[in-house]
Amino acid sequence: MSSPHEMEHEMEIELPDGPATLNAKSHDTLGEEVLQEEVEKMETELESKKATPEVEVKKEEKKLDEMFDDDEFMDQDDAELLELERQANEQAMKKEEEQVEIKTEPSAPKPTYADDDLMLAYYSRLFPFRLLTSWLSHSPLPTPSFHNREFAFTLQNDAYLRYLSYRTSDDLRKDILRLNPSRFEIGPVYTLNPRERKAMRNNAKFKPIEKELVFDIDLTDYDPVRTCCDKANICHKCWMFITMAIKVIDVALREDFGFEHILWIYSGRRGAHAWVCDRKARLLDDQKRRAITSYLEIVKGGAQSNKHVNVRRPLHPHIARSLEILKPLFKEHILEAQDPWGASSTPHLSKLLPDAGLVSALTKKWESAARDSVQKWTDIDTVAKSGVSRSLDTKALRDAKQDVILEYMYPRLDANVSIHLNHLLKSPFVVHPGTGRVCVPIETERAEEFDPLAVPRVSELLKEIDEYEGVEAREGEVVQDWEKTGLRPYVEYFRRFVNGLMKDEMKGKREREGDSMEF
Amino acid sequence: MFRQDTPTAPKKYRALDTRKANVRQSAAQWASSDYPHRLNFYNIPPTAEVTLDEFEQWAIDRLKVLGEIETLLFRNKNGQELATEMKPVLDKYLPLSHNPTLGAGTKEGREAWERCRRERKKDHYSHFIVRLAFARSEELRRRFLRCEAALFSVRFMNEDSDAKREFVRELGLAMEPVGDAEAKQYAEELGGMFGARNNSEWYKVEWERVPDLVEKRMVFVRRGMAYVPSSLQGSLVQAEFTQRLEKDLELTARALPRLDEDSRLLPILNHLSLGFSASDTLNNNNTLTSLNGETITAAQIDGLVQHFPLCMRHLHLTLRQTGHLKHFGRLQYTLFLKGIGLSVEEALIFWRQAFKGVTDDKFNKEYRYNIRHSYGLEGNRRNYKPHSCQQILTDHPPGPGESHGCPYRHFSMDNLIAAVQSMGVNEKGVLDGVKKDVEAKKFHLACNRVFEFTRRKELKEVAGHRDGSLGETITHPNEYFEKSWKLVHGEALGGSEVKKEDRMEE
Repeated sequence: MSSPHEMEHEMEIELPDGPATLNAKSHDTLGEEVLQEEVEKMETELESKKATPEVEVKKEEKKLDEMFDDDEFMDQDDAELLELERQANEQAMKKEEEQVEIKTEPSAPKPTYADDDLMLAYYSRLFPFRLLTSWLSHSPLPTPSFHNREFAFTLQNDAYLRYLSYRTSDDLRKDILRLNPSRFEIGPVYTLNPRERKAMRNNAKFKPIEKELVFDIDLTDYDPVRTCCDKANICHKCWMFITMAIKVIDVALREDFGFEHILWIYSGRRGAHAWVCDRKARLLDDQKRRAITSYLEIVKGGAQSNKHVNVRRPLHPHIARSLEILKPLFKEHILEAQDPWGASSTPHLSKLLPDAGLVSALTKKWESAARDSVQKWTDIDTVAKSGVSRSLDTKALRDAKQDVILEYMYPRLDANVSIHLNHLLKSPFVVHPGTGRVCVPIETERAEEFDPLAVPRVSELLKEIDEYEGVEAREGEVVQDWEKTGLRPYVEYFRRFVNGLMKDEMKGKREREGDSMEF
Repeated sequence: MFRQDTPTAPKKYRALDTRKANVRQSAAQWASSDYPHRLNFYNIPPTAEVTLDEFEQWAIDRLKVLGEIETLLFRNKNGQELATEMKPVLDKYLPLSHNPTLGAGTKEGREAWERCRRERKKDHYSHFIVRLAFARSEELRRRFLRCEAALFSVRFMNEDSDAKREFVRELGLAMEPVGDAEAKQYAEELGGMFGARNNSEWYKVEWERVPDLVEKRMVFVRRGMAYVPSSLQGSLVQAEFTQRLEKDLELTARALPRLDEDSRLLPILNHLSLGFSASDTLNNNNTLTSLNGETITAAQIDGLVQHFPLCMRHLHLTLRQTGHLKHFGRLQYTLFLKGIGLSVEEALIFWRQAFKGVTDDKFNKEYRYNIRHSYGLEGNRRNYKPHSCQQILTDHPPGPGESHGCPYRHFSMDNLIAAVQSMGVNEKGVLDGVKKDVEAKKFHLACNRVFEFTRRKELKEVAGHRDGSLGETITHPNEYFEKSWKLVHGEALGGSEVKKEDRMEE
């Protein structure tokens, strides 16, 4: 069922909030002149250096030549591609017009970290199109998993183009350089090429069939439990929520469901996305996606239900394991860093504890002296032991304390993103238009070390290229632009990930085909 | 696989090509072995001849059963409750006797076996006739699947354990028993699981086969395998039934256009499916329940809140307090307002004014589209209906920071009582009643009780409601609004339009 809410999620709005944009503005005006110069330099370079794309094209031709050893094939294909592209452009333009009509006049261009020219330079020089294509194809060369894959662009004027699709990574690249979207998203693989869906007689045949299983964790969902920041702002303290979420979800996906190829991506501002790329995960239907999502979802209930965690005892192995992971971190990251109950004598904590006698004793104690969260947490046990309430059920208290830990630390997923096969999600390595930061992968094994505030900004990356060229230009050696920048470790990690995926895919394919031979 | 090439089987079959003839033969062999079990997976279509009268009558009888199930499912009846309420209906229209204990030697024995066979034949044939009639559209297939699955679960639940075991054995579902060594390795994990007993046997299946158990965390899952205790085997069979039927329906649907159908059948089939779906199309344009044809403006909403059920009242108050609502809250409230007759222009004004701290630019960018989408003016242009209580109760339970859903279900008891009191309900008896209803999970009744109390004065003045009871239970927020409005304005209550429509929704 496609309902309005999906539309919203498709658009996946990142709230541009006050403080961050203000911040962005002041920063930018500071560096504007410098940037301006750089951009101009870059433009001239781009002109003279059309070499980059050409080199890439040549490489591909060579590869294809090797594979097919047939020049005619290339020509034909090229013609076809051109024609397709022309049609696609027309379609896109038409859609653009439609879309623009419903939007109001675009707001006056705000200076941000990621203005048009910077973006264009980033996409033309740094974005790893080849790797992205291999990743979505699960193979070195584009497969139908890529051809029939939906892409959606958000243009600079906020128009939203859906159902785009491409034959090769170069096609995708060309279109991105032509339209210069502020961001783009990746959707499912359809039965047919999404661009041709309207030409089909039978629309029922046009269906999504495969997409990575995705998860979206966003810090705004933690607002009821985080005290350091709110809305779109983040700091190191609250990023811990995301780090913990990655640990808990990742281990469940691996141990319980047996998935192996899980890619975590920083969403560019205040969250993270997981892409589970195993073949089995890609082929799940909505019902099964829902099953996994609910399996992982523990924190439930709206603003008006006091207790958001209600889990059965004995604890399900998944919850017991999650608790083991989270418990040792509770004191440092919640009680000390967030201090959620320090200010009030009847904090939210009181509503989560059983036994009225205990709660009133605690309230009395907290009213008489200010206690911070660490003290309050230990108070529970000392007061309980002092025997204020005869009816106190120690087991119920232990369970309640476990529930508190889960409520404050357990991952909060945006379930709707995961449930629907046809949901779109922002592509890795896209630049977040609000922060200018690149959506880079997070190495799962070293999730603690990941620092969202140190993720390279697009402007810094471009500067790094220039600096590299100034100092270290060596002769004869072809160094790709991303290798000259801080993007390097991220692209390398992504490459390792894609290689692992392709290897497994090849193996699986051979096995599947081997099986069918036996029949 | 399941011989879906010939789903038309119940009619006089002139096997014209050999493929069909073959199928017919093998199926006939199966059919001639009669029906050893009461339960049926409906894998093999029937092939014998039936009269046109039987064809139609059996299908109508089955539809009555399915219709009743659908109604009960709407009312959130499940498990044993569903079985109890379905019993009289099933006995009347689709009885299935147990295998007679008498041998076929005696006259009575023969008769008992013969009756058994007739009943099971009717069950078998009617299933396939209705399947044929309902394969036509996605919507019908979905409803058929849901009802048939519920019917199967009712019957499976009531079957004797011996008969069940035999039936499951013959199905030959692939289930790997968990070996002792492995059971020991995971003893701790398995011991804590639902349905575990000291000496339970465990089966290992791919988790995809029991998504419902995984969803509720009722099984232990490791490396993609779910460990299902024998006591939950029913769920496995149920999942298998649903899965097969779903696949078969898809195949039937694809085969439909190619059927060289008897001209006598087509009208019957069409008629059958129409009976189940007619109201859906009829009422499509009828979502607006504007009052006396008056148009409602954005400015009037605050004055109308007194007629809102608690869920909408809560959304409204939250909106007024915080100047914002999260997505599902917006959706639930927009559709409700649309249902009471707020036009899209007024809706845009209403939301624009309600959203504090949002610039015009941001509003137009992020919310305008959504609201217009709800009115069917964007995207796939579907005219969305206001959510029924059923939908509000079951779809998208509210997450942290969200205000939608049904307060009777999603609020903590303290907050609920406070909210109900804020509607002017202060009599202890009523509050206790609400508590009791909520604890028994009868959320409709609790809401109804509040309605009756808040409109007690007006109700007493209306003929037929002098005892202060509303009679029929309200199952739609818009119905609540409409009834309340009519009572206050002294109009006859009558059958609610929303109600009729709601029944057919889904």
